[in-house]
Amino acid sequence: MLNEVMFYLFGAMILTFSVLTVTTRRILRAAVYLLFVLISTAGLYFSLNYNFLAAVQLTVYAGGIVVLIIFSILLTSHLSERAVMAPLKQSIFSALATLAGATLTLMTILRFSFVPNTGVDPQLNITDIGNSMVSYNRDGYALPFEVISVLLLAAMIGAIVVAKKERKLKE
Amino acid sequence: MIQNIPLSYYLVISTFMFFIGIYGFLTRRNLITMLMSIELILNSVNINFVAFNRYLYPQQLQGHFFMLIVIAVAAAEAAVAIAIIINIYRNFKSIDVENVDEMKY
Repeated sequence: MLNEVMFYLFGAMILTFSVLTVTTRRILRAAVYLLFVLISTAGLYFSLNYNFLAAVQLTVYAGGIVVLIIFSILLTSHLSERAVMAPLKQSIFSALATLAGATLTLMTILRFSFVPNTGVDPQLNITDIGNSMVSYNRDGYALPFEVISVLLLAAMIGAIVVAKKERKLKE
Repeated sequence: MIQNIPLSYYLVISTFMFFIGIYGFLTRRNLITMLMSIELILNSVNINFVAFNRYLYPQQLQGHFFMLIVIAVAAAEAAVAIAIIINIYRNFKSIDVENVDEMKY
């Protein structure tokens, strides 16, 4: 019962704040609404009993990416600035296109009946996730782990190089 | 626990979130808000992965790792995108896509 209430609450929060994120004219508010969306998503993961994923969602998404976005908003725009929206015609056509896409996807989803596997109630602990993250057996994920760490290193160096001021051109 | 909520409810939520993100990407003119729409899209995909993992294959971990990889890629993408946006702001004094048209023919 409580679980259902929490699910509907988080679902409603996700939908309202997503709409507000893309429609508000103040950029900083859009970032805060995005933060609410990400926190409600973490709440959904908690209600699915996936505590580790919810913690990752909170720390990396809500803690890291949103702070990065807010920093860049403060660096690049004035707080009193209002976002320029697309012309009305373009907004209407975008709304029509997205509505058509959403109806198509929803029709496809709702036509298919998924049979949930309720036999097992997994008691996942973080040790299992960590062990399979570095194991190279059949159910191990050592290769994606290494690939993603190299990708993060490359992205970090790339971001620093791109954002660095070029002194030579100024002289 | 999960018996009362069908899997399709999660899919409906993530579908709406995905298309709201696409709507924002199409109508926004500010590069940072477009980036936020992309984050919405990636987040909706994560909900799908996790819900499928929980409902259909609860004894396996594929959904977990896909979600972790998507989050890592999203973090990398946000870092690089924000570096590029700051560089654009330095050169054009604006981050609206309408004003950044130097390389348009």
